[in-house]
Amino acid sequence: MKPAFLELTQGARRVPVRFAGETLMLPEGANLAAALLAAGVTVFRHTPVSGAPRGPFCMMGACFDCLVEVDGSVRQACMIEVAEGPEIARPHVGEPDETL
Amino acid sequence: MRHYDLAILGAGPAGMAAAATAAEAGLSVCVLDEQPHAGGQIYRDVERVAALRGDILGKDYTRGATLTAGLRHAAITHLSGAVVWAIEHAFRISFTQGGAAAQIAAERVLLATGALERPMPLPGWTLPGVMTAGAGQILLKQSGVLAQSAVLVGSGPLLYLIAAQMVRAGVPPVAMVETQTLDDLIRAARHLGGALRGWRYLLKGARMLAEITSARVPRHTGATGIAIAGESRTEAVTFTSKGRAHRIPCDTVFLHHGVVPNTQAARSLGVSHIWDRAQSCFVPSVDDWGQSDVAGVFIAGDSAGIGGANVAESAGRMTALKVAEELGRLSATERDRQAAPLRSARNKDLAARPFLDRAYPPHAAAVAPDDATVICRCEEVTAGDIRRYAALGCLGPNQAKAFGRAGMGPCQGRYCGLSVSVILAQANGLTPDATGYYRIRPPIKPVTLGELASLE
Repeated sequence: MKPAFLELTQGARRVPVRFAGETLMLPEGANLAAALLAAGVTVFRHTPVSGAPRGPFCMMGACFDCLVEVDGSVRQACMIEVAEGPEIARPHVGEPDETL
Repeated sequence: MRHYDLAILGAGPAGMAAAATAAEAGLSVCVLDEQPHAGGQIYRDVERVAALRGDILGKDYTRGATLTAGLRHAAITHLSGAVVWAIEHAFRISFTQGGAAAQIAAERVLLATGALERPMPLPGWTLPGVMTAGAGQILLKQSGVLAQSAVLVGSGPLLYLIAAQMVRAGVPPVAMVETQTLDDLIRAARHLGGALRGWRYLLKGARMLAEITSARVPRHTGATGIAIAGESRTEAVTFTSKGRAHRIPCDTVFLHHGVVPNTQAARSLGVSHIWDRAQSCFVPSVDDWGQSDVAGVFIAGDSAGIGGANVAESAGRMTALKVAEELGRLSATERDRQAAPLRSARNKDLAARPFLDRAYPPHAAAVAPDDATVICRCEEVTAGDIRRYAALGCLGPNQAKAFGRAGMGPCQGRYCGLSVSVILAQANGLTPDATGYYRIRPPIKPVTLGELASLE
């Protein structure tokens, strides 16, 4: 099966980013939410109310559906650029469906 | 705290154009924008991206580079990655940038905060893989990331634009599931006279449709009963069109049935808003110059009422001229002389609006969703919940918060506010004006204690 998202340009330098316990190679300086989608991540978090899975929805900082935990603080993935180093996790660890 | 003549929120077409015109008139300007690069959503990251994907995105996108270039003026301070969380009167603006909070002061404020997608609550719209069409465009513009198996759902010019861009990129959508009907087009035809003044928009629309058709993208019109199916992610779109039930498997769904003004900042300042029947949304009360009913607060571009990028540019410049006159940098005569061509350009660009608003109205099933459909994505409050609150005597959205937390999650009602107001209005037999909207209070974006502690 084809991956859900395709990257048109592949030239950027890739850096290792830890997400939900796995190491992904993402383009440095790219939008984090876009880079995670292109790397095949669909579920970014689970809701605190029902534990329902969520992923990016608006990509412009308004909906807060793409929340991830970056080095312990909850941030909007669509408002962050990819950099080497941080440990990224789904905000509600322990919920069902922890697979990528 | 640095002091400026004019603080502008948003570096989209209205904000960038206003900044350039204000600086030219001798004002000191500070532009605060959430994104790392200027352009807003329409010209997102255009300076870097025009060379990479200008052919796919088209001239209506690459022309934004002339506006971003205009920000390089000695009198303009452009604060990128600056998230404004409070605007206090006469005017102190608090924001977070690079993990630290800071403040500036300004004589006048221009809110150029643009548009949000009109919320389109359909069964399954919270599943991962369902995004706004705007999000699809942002992915393509800023990141060069394209959905390989996407169904476009809804109606309106933006839906055709993203479809045409996907065709040009060699990854056409799987299908278009369009909600407008032939009746809508017939109703819109009455406004063709006005639309012919804005014929360039109609021509662009026809060209985009030709691109989509020649790529053999299936178009299903008059679609009803639309739902997104899937367990933990999007698997298919189901709907009925022309009496036949369809199920189209896909990984991604882009939703769109128009955009609405982003009124969050204006509401936090106490600007009054009225229901615009033609556009089915609340718009702030502003005069011809963008002056709101709160002294010193101006609004231009889509955040003042949807008009598109060209209208935003003219409106932004007009506001800048008005502020320059108020602060004694321009005579009223000179202001009016410079504003005249901007006003006529703006009115010409607005001419096709009544036709477009009626040809692509909001999707009825997303305006009055089934009881089980989630309305408040953050707190997972359904349409049925909201109707139950109404039955218990809930008259307005602020009361609805007390009944069941609708609008109290991190998005602060940005993607449920309109739906909650309209559902309550329908249930109570009241107008949207009488029903009202969420009271918006600062902080209008989340700020951490650590960031606050960094304030001097």
